[in-house]
Amino acid sequence: MAGNHVDSQGHHITPFVVYLKVAAALFALTFLTVIAHHFSQQLGAFAAPVAFLIATIKAILVMLWFMHLKYESVVNRVIFGAGFFFLAILLAFSGLDIWTRVVVFSTL
Amino acid sequence: MSTDSHSAKGHEHHFAHHFRSAEHEYQTSKEGIWLFMATEILMFGGLFVGYSIFHNIYPEMFAEGAKYLDWKMGFLNTLVLIFSSLTMALGIFFLQKNQPKRAAVSLAVTILCGAIFMVVKYFEYTHKFHLGILPGRFLDVTKVGAHHANLGMYFGFYYCMTGLHGIHVLLGMGLISWLLFRTLRGDFNSNYYTAVEGVGIFWHIVDLIWIFLFPLLYLVG
Repeated sequence: MAGNHVDSQGHHITPFVVYLKVAAALFALTFLTVIAHHFSQQLGAFAAPVAFLIATIKAILVMLWFMHLKYESVVNRVIFGAGFFFLAILLAFSGLDIWTRVVVFSTL
Repeated sequence: MSTDSHSAKGHEHHFAHHFRSAEHEYQTSKEGIWLFMATEILMFGGLFVGYSIFHNIYPEMFAEGAKYLDWKMGFLNTLVLIFSSLTMALGIFFLQKNQPKRAAVSLAVTILCGAIFMVVKYFEYTHKFHLGILPGRFLDVTKVGAHHANLGMYFGFYYCMTGLHGIHVLLGMGLISWLLFRTLRGDFNSNYYTAVEGVGIFWHIVDLIWIFLFPLLYLVG
């Protein structure tokens, strides 16, 4: 297993064919996004979630194989994950703020 | 300058004196890049959060805005960026395999894809300027024939998000040109390709952000 998949420093080398497969999957999912868009009338309320689900799958493929996160150290995964964690906090609290506002009309 | 004849063994990388080893230098550099990537997620994330909130408040206005975008242009640019991500990853792969000439070709194709992306973006932008579709209060509501008076908000998000993304593409093209120059000079081999790996991660995050921008702006709206 080693030898062929490891460079002179012991870093993991992703095989050529894996890169091609990931790229093929990304192209296929991009076409799927557009196909789903053409059925957005039928999908109704699911059109947006479907589009973002496909985008998320594409993003995971890019992160794991193109950005080599699959073979990255735990520290670096935590650092990158922290970005998404704090983004989720920003979204959650901004959303809570906006959607729990009570409209007050002045009587003055 | 036949760089392909270089063997990795003859090119031990001289790491900076404050590192214990070349591996220590490589891992430290990558940690810095990942920290930078976390800030990138937060910078674009702020725009994404703003977009989702205002999209929820004015869904019809955002739907109208998306109608002014040509999804075919966004689709083409998505394919171009995915292909450029592949060639970027292959650039690193060929350096790991000590094939600098192939790596140089991969990097050159990556720069070319970035240029195609920007040309498409240029035509999209100038076409919109021509129609009076500008961000915020600069949007000409009567000339555009907008149904919603606050349509400028959608295009405020559109220009901020795609503009910031476009700046990243331009910066990435500059950085990859620097990598191409250094690859041709014979700086990189399987013992040392840290800069290529770092810029590669940056280029992939540019692709990653576009993966979300395309459905968000062009399709869902």
